[in-house]
Parts: sequence; C-alpha cells; structure tokens
Amino acid sequence: MSNALLKGNTGDWEMVIGLEVHAQVLTKSKLFSGASADFGGAPNAQVSPVDAGMPGMLPVINKECVSKAVRTGLGLNATINNVSIFERKNYFYPDLPQGYQISQYQHPIVGNGEIEIDLPDGTVKKIGIERLHLEQDAGKSLHDQHPQKSYVDLNRSGNPLMEIVSKPDMRTAEEAGAYVTKLRAIVRYLGTCDGNMDEGSMRCDVNVSVRKPGDPLGTRCEIKNVNSVRFVQQAIEYEARRQIELIEGGGKITQETRLFDTKNGTTRSMRSKEDAHDYRYFPDPDLLPLTVDNAFIENIRKTMPELPDAKKKRFVETFGLSAYDAGVLVSEKERAEYFEIAAKGHDPKLAANWVITELLGALNKAEKELKDSPVSAEALGELVGLISNNTISGRIAKEVFAEMFGTGKNPGDIVKDRGLQQVTDTGAIEKLVAEVVRDNADKVAEYKGGKDKLFGFFVGQVLKKSGGKANPGMVNDLLKKKLEE
Amino acid sequence: MANLTHLTIAQALAGLKKKDFTAVELVEAHIKAAEAARHLNCFITETFDAARAQAKEADARYQKGNPLPLDGIPIAMKDLFCTEGVQTTAASAILKGFKPPYESTVSAQMKRDGTITIGKANLDEFAMGSSNTTSAYGNVINPWKAKGSNKDLVPGGSSGGSAAAVAARISMGATGTDTGGSIRQPAAFCGITGIKPTYGRCSRWGIVAFASSLDQAGPFGKTNEDCALLLRSMAGWDPKDSTSVNKPVPDYAATLNKGVKGLRVGVPKEYRIDGTSPEILALWDKGVQMMKDAGAEIVDVSLPHTKYALHAYYVVAPAECSSNLARYDGVRYGQRVEGDNLIDTYEKTRQQGFGKEVKRRILIGTYVLSAGYYDAYYNKARRVRKLIWNDFIEAYKKCDVLLTPCAPTPAFAIGENTQDPITMYLNDVFTIPASMAGMPGMSVPVGLSSDGLPLGLQLLGRPFEEETLFQAAQALEKAANFTAVPQNIVGKAA
Repeated sequence: MSNALLKGNTGDWEMVIGLEVHAQVLTKSKLFSGASADFGGAPNAQVSPVDAGMPGMLPVINKECVSKAVRTGLGLNATINNVSIFERKNYFYPDLPQGYQISQYQHPIVGNGEIEIDLPDGTVKKIGIERLHLEQDAGKSLHDQHPQKSYVDLNRSGNPLMEIVSKPDMRTAEEAGAYVTKLRAIVRYLGTCDGNMDEGSMRCDVNVSVRKPGDPLGTRCEIKNVNSVRFVQQAIEYEARRQIELIEGGGKITQETRLFDTKNGTTRSMRSKEDAHDYRYFPDPDLLPLTVDNAFIENIRKTMPELPDAKKKRFVETFGLSAYDAGVLVSEKERAEYFEIAAKGHDPKLAANWVITELLGALNKAEKELKDSPVSAEALGELVGLISNNTISGRIAKEVFAEMFGTGKNPGDIVKDRGLQQVTDTGAIEKLVAEVVRDNADKVAEYKGGKDKLFGFFVGQVLKKSGGKANPGMVNDLLKKKLEE
Repeated sequence: MANLTHLTIAQALAGLKKKDFTAVELVEAHIKAAEAARHLNCFITETFDAARAQAKEADARYQKGNPLPLDGIPIAMKDLFCTEGVQTTAASAILKGFKPPYESTVSAQMKRDGTITIGKANLDEFAMGSSNTTSAYGNVINPWKAKGSNKDLVPGGSSGGSAAAVAARISMGATGTDTGGSIRQPAAFCGITGIKPTYGRCSRWGIVAFASSLDQAGPFGKTNEDCALLLRSMAGWDPKDSTSVNKPVPDYAATLNKGVKGLRVGVPKEYRIDGTSPEILALWDKGVQMMKDAGAEIVDVSLPHTKYALHAYYVVAPAECSSNLARYDGVRYGQRVEGDNLIDTYEKTRQQGFGKEVKRRILIGTYVLSAGYYDAYYNKARRVRKLIWNDFIEAYKKCDVLLTPCAPTPAFAIGENTQDPITMYLNDVFTIPASMAGMPGMSVPVGLSSDGLPLGLQLLGRPFEEETLFQAAQALEKAANFTAVPQNIVGKAA
C-alpha cells in the first residue's frame, strides 16, 4: 500500500512494526502462588511468602493459567507445544523479590499462529504470531510517595501474564492499532484476559524500525509499556519520524529501549543495548517441564467460543449484514451479544442499524459503556419489531428510543402511553387524504398538470395531519389512488 | 537407668513406651549434654525451653497411651530448615535474626510425629562447604580426636553441626541436607549413619535453597535403623514442591532385616581415585568382603563418566546458587547495610552479608550462565549430568546397590585444605556423582583409621529404592559392628 509510506527528504520510508503484548491471565490466583491476582487491593495485601521471595519458598504452577494460555493459543490459530519450559530471567530490582522472573524463553507454551486484522478500507490483513509464553509479573515500585525513598507494592508480583509476540508484519500505526484492538477482542471473547488497558491488564511493548521499501530490516527500537491503542499509534508515528529524521540527518539508529511520554507524545531513550542486562536465562530447577497432552488441548478446543472472525462471517452470511456493520458489531464481545439478542425474531439488518447508529451513538454521546446502557437488548429488539410490524414509523421510533434511553422504559409502554401507534386504518387515512386534496385544490390541479414533484408535498401534509402516525406506505398508496380519480 | 544419651532412637521409643523413663528426662539429658559440649558449636540457636515444653506434652501422650510415632525424641534441625518463629540463618550473616513465618514441610512432618528439636544445627554457610568452616557463626568441632593429638578436627560439611550433634550424643538424630555429599561425608567423618534419599523423596519446601536440582533432605542417626525411622517421617510427596514425587513412603524400619542374600552389590572401578587414603581403599575391600560374607553377590561395574561429575557439579550447583541467592538483597528481610543509593545498598548488603565461599560460588555461577559462556559451561554440564545418570541406570541393570568409599580421607584438622578450594571440593568426589544423578545414597560407619578416626563406606541405590539401601546398610552395619564413640563426650555407653 503506497499510502502506508512516510515521506522523507530522501524519499519514501516504510515502517516495520512488531508488538509484544503482555496480557494478564484472567484468574483468581497468581501464576505460582495461591495469592489473589485481583486488581486494586491495599498495597502488599495480596502477597504470599512465594511472591515475596522468602527463603525456601517454591513456585507451583497454577493449572488455570496453563489452560487459559492454551485457550488463547487456540484463539490465535497457533501451535500448542506439548512441552514447554519455565526459565529464570535473572536481574536485580526491588520490585523483583526473587531476583529473577520466572518466564518461558527457548520453549514457550504456544508457537506460531496468526490473526486477521480489519483495515479501515475494508480489507483484511493477516498478522503472524511468533509465540505466546507464560511469565510472572513483577511488583510495582512507587517513586512519588516520598522525597528520598521508593516504595514497593508486591500485589502484582507473581501475577500471571501471557506475553504475545507478533511477527514484524505491521506497516502502519493504524495496522498496529487494529492488531491490538483485535487481540483484545479475541482474549475478551475467550475470557482469558479482561483486556483493560487502563488497569494495566494489557500492556504493549512496541518495536519500530524504518527502511526504504525493498531494503533489509533497519535497526529497531523498543518502546516499553505503552498502555492504550491511541498511545501505541502515537508512539509509532513519533518514533518512525524520529528515526527517519535521524537517518536522513546522517545519524545512525542504535538498538535501544525507549519510553513513551504520554504528556507530549514523544519517546525518549531508557537504556541502550550495551547497558542491556545479561539475564542469564536457565531452566528453573524448581519447576518440571510443563507438559500438556493432546487430550487436554482437545478438551479446551471443545469449549472454544465463536471468535470475532467467525462471528463476522456468520453475521454477513446468515443475517445479510454488510461486512462493515458486521465488523463493528463483532469488535466487542458484548456488542455482538447485544446485537444477537436485539435481532432475535426481528429484522437483523434493521436491528444492526439501530445498534450501530442509534444505540452506540447515544452511548458515545452520554459517555457510557454498553454494559451500562439504559436500553436493554430485549427492549431495542422490541422497538425494531414495532417498526417492522408497522406499529410505529422510523421517525416515531427515534422519539421512542430517546425516551427509552432517558427513562429505561420499554418501547411498547411508551407507544401505548403516548398513543404513538401508527395509523393503518384505511378509512382514517382516506379521510385525511381527502381533506388534504380538498384543501389544496390549486396544487392538485398543478400536479395533474404534470408537476409530479408535488406528490411529496401531499404525503407530507397527510403525515402532518396524522401527527406523524399515519403509515407512510399506505399514505402513498391511497394518495396515488385519490389523485388519479 | 541407662545412660539416656547413648540409646538409639529405637531403644528410646521402647523405653518411653515401657515408661522406663520420661520424655522430659530424655530431653533433659540431651540438653545437659548439649550444654556440656557447647565448645563443639553444634547449634546456632538453642531451643531448649521449647523442647522442655514439648517433652511435657509428649509425656502426657505416653501417659494416655497414644504417643506419636517418634514422640519425645530429641533431634537437631539443620539451620537450613525454616522453622516458624525460630531464627533460621542458613549459617549466613545475611539472615541473622530472620524468623520465618512458616515451617518447612520436613520439619513440620517431624513435629507431627513427635520429634523435639533442641537446637538449630550449625552448617556451612548456605550449605556450601565440606568442613563446616564457612559458617558465619563459627566452626563446628568434630567430637572425635585423632589418637595422640589434641587438634580440632572438622566434622565435615555442610551438615556438620547435625552430624557432630549426633556423634557427640547431644541429639538422638538430626536432619541434614545433601547437595553434593553434605549428609554422607559428615556422617563418615563423625562415625554415624546418614542417608540422602532420592531427589524428590523429601519436600524441599521451606528449606533454604542452595542448588535446587540437587538439594535433598535426609536424616542422621547413630544407627541405620534410626535413619530408617527418621526418613519415614521426613519423606513424602508435597504438592507445594513441584519436584517432590508422589509415591507412598514405605515403613523402612520394618524390612531392615530382610538380609542381602542374592543382592547384587556393584563395585565401580572408577571409584579407585588417586589421592584416596590407602586405609580407605582397604576398608572398601573389607566392606566388599563383608557383603559377600553376608550372602550378597559382588559384581564389577563401570560408571565411565564419574571423572566428569565433580567438574560438572561445580558448574551446575554454583549456577543455581547464583540465582537462588539473588533474593538476599536487604530489601525485605534479613540484614541490610544502608548505602548511598539502591545499587550501593545491594553491594554493601551482599558484600558484608555473604562469606568468601558463598561469594566465590555466586561469581562462578554468574560467570557460567553469562551470555557467551552458557553453552560452553552450563549446557555442557547438563549434558554430562545426563551421561552420569545413564551410567547409573546401566550399572543398575547389573547390580542392585553400589558400594564405594564415602570420602577420600578421614576428618582433617580445621584449617587444613582451606588454601586451595579445589582440594576442599575433592572431598565430595565420591558423593557427587549420585547427587548429579538424583540417586539415593548413604554412609555407614565401618571402621577406624590407624589414627582412631571413623571411616565410612557409601552405599548407592536405585531411585526410590531406599528400602533396598537400608537392607544393604543393615547387613554392612551388622558385619562392621562399629561401636566406637568419640573420646570426649559426656557420659559413656551403658
């Protein structure tokens, strides 16, 4: 795609982007201890002696984390490795109580896979997954609580993380954004991670390099801990520009780790490759190789939910939705579920329209999440039904929806209480038509003289007289009949 | 009344049941002996008061007729086992004052069975050493003296305090841990019996780690039977230790006297190592004859990779220790030496908190795991380890147990062998191969040197076949009839 290239002084540049996403496994307890893995406890309240690195304490793998890693691997269409190995990544830091992080290095639990991302132009791109491995999180150092001292909160220490590493397959910030969004949707569908980036349960490390199209890969920089889709895109844009300017100015990119500054959207150097730790990985002798047999994997496969891509396909094929609408609906699990309830027994295309345009619009305006929607999926379905069976018109439906959104009342009651039922009584509409024809004799003459456009005027008049309640189709038919008399 | 400190555990349990004496009397006799032998420096922390209180509880159970399996037996607990609320130091200054809020699985099981800990036994710092001279709490002195010499001898290590306590009749039994020979070599130096069971037989949970893939707990006793009684209490699967193995624990003591008729005893030719004392080689031959006389079949076997074991061990063990000891950083517990900043605090804390031998091994371990050296050292050592394991598996196709020397020399004087760490490391040349292979091994006292110092032989067995090992040891013990006791101990055998 030529529009993916960045313009520089010396020509076009291509970005090469790969992402490492840390997703906290959705479990009650930590990866190797029984302590709670919940977010938001009082500092150091969720710490077992294992998490605090006390002498003689030993890790024991939490099986739930293993099954969720396998589940996620299957969701990423990836190979599941029957044997994987936990290794120790050794370095000193106060929030790393053991002096090493237990992670998987040479033998991860999940190998190659791929996911599809949806691009704004309606195309689909495949992004390779290099691996997924399990590892423990570190604690948290707090540097802003005291003028001289740093505090350590070990609640997070030992929390289970899945590190999901993509191949360097992305070429634009939008693709990276779409990748993170898709990954988040997948883990949420699977129930293996809550995907809450603002609580840190999903964090991204972004690898960016630039090259002239067709050239070999450039030197990459890694931007650590970027915590929203928007920031991922900002960081990439800034970093690519920085690298291009540096190279075009005669400089050289050095491989390094950088930090993203959310305040001004820039990245700055954290440590160079020379200062990088020698982590001295070696297999953790406290843990046996992790084995998952095929029966275990197949049992998990049996419980796999329908994932976004399959759901999208089904929405297009069985409901006749446009690919775009289907994509919007499946991008979040709750949204797709909402839609399916609303569409049940009703016109699915109409239901999709109402969810996407009216409901999401209203929620967005009210700054509310779907789960807090005052309009339930059942109620929205009922509203769609009222439109389909001509009880109300689309225009009235919008009024009804506004009231539903404001009060949480159900649409049938609103229509009944306010007498908004569409008039479908032929006699009643004929009467209104006759009145309009009688009151506008001059215009009727003009119409009959060939001014066809006036038909719309007559329709409007009839509808107005009915208070918007006359069925527009019937009005059309009866008007035509009357004017032809 | 018999001299209580000279009873075996089996005898003491019988006496307690018959009410020949009380647990309070038994414990008190050992506390008195311990007080009289403080110069041996067996304990880092004495727990006499708690022991006295527990003895009363044991007596109450005997009175009611429902004693626990080892009720009232005073033991020494190696200070590597975390004990709830009781200082646990690993003989390191860095853990001075550390009181764990938890009890190790092994010590908890022993407590469950009624043993009474009278003290936390001294050891080499973090179990690194073969002479118990690296402890931050002073050397342990072997209760034995060479004939005509007053020189203080080492008790062996790392479980030196445990072995010396049992030999000096301060405690009836003791716990040890064995990473490369730390139970078997001190047992040999102190003239008692010690067993390192198969890796995975006892839980490592709550034992301060030295080298996790090698560390294994085991008991010391005056006799083979006492070791069998103690191991039954210590062993067992623990879901908190992923490397412990879920197999039932047999009643080892019940099958001790099965005899060795038809048992195939392997004699590995590679264990005739240069530098081994001729007396020990002669003892080995004698031991072979004893087994033969008892009805065993002697088989010559080969363990061709034996000579690489020591080298590989000194890569694997330091590598694991360098990582295991990273947690002692002064941040959360133990000693902290404040510095100007974080790195300075780390450096000062670890510089002052760790002794020389520990630092040496951390450095070696860090080196062998470093980028660029990992394959040449650590990975190669792991491959060697696999070959050593294969050696044993092959040998055990031809024999049921192996009989070898336990240590190349008798106990040496404190200060000897300390100039060159390699000489010191050679002490474990016979014990390390089985450690590397995870195989069970034990040391049985078989004779005295011309200087009057105890000498032990080592029996090695198949994984999780400790029962066979105990049966072989019982035959050896019976034939050797080792009755000597250290010269300078309180009281004499009845």
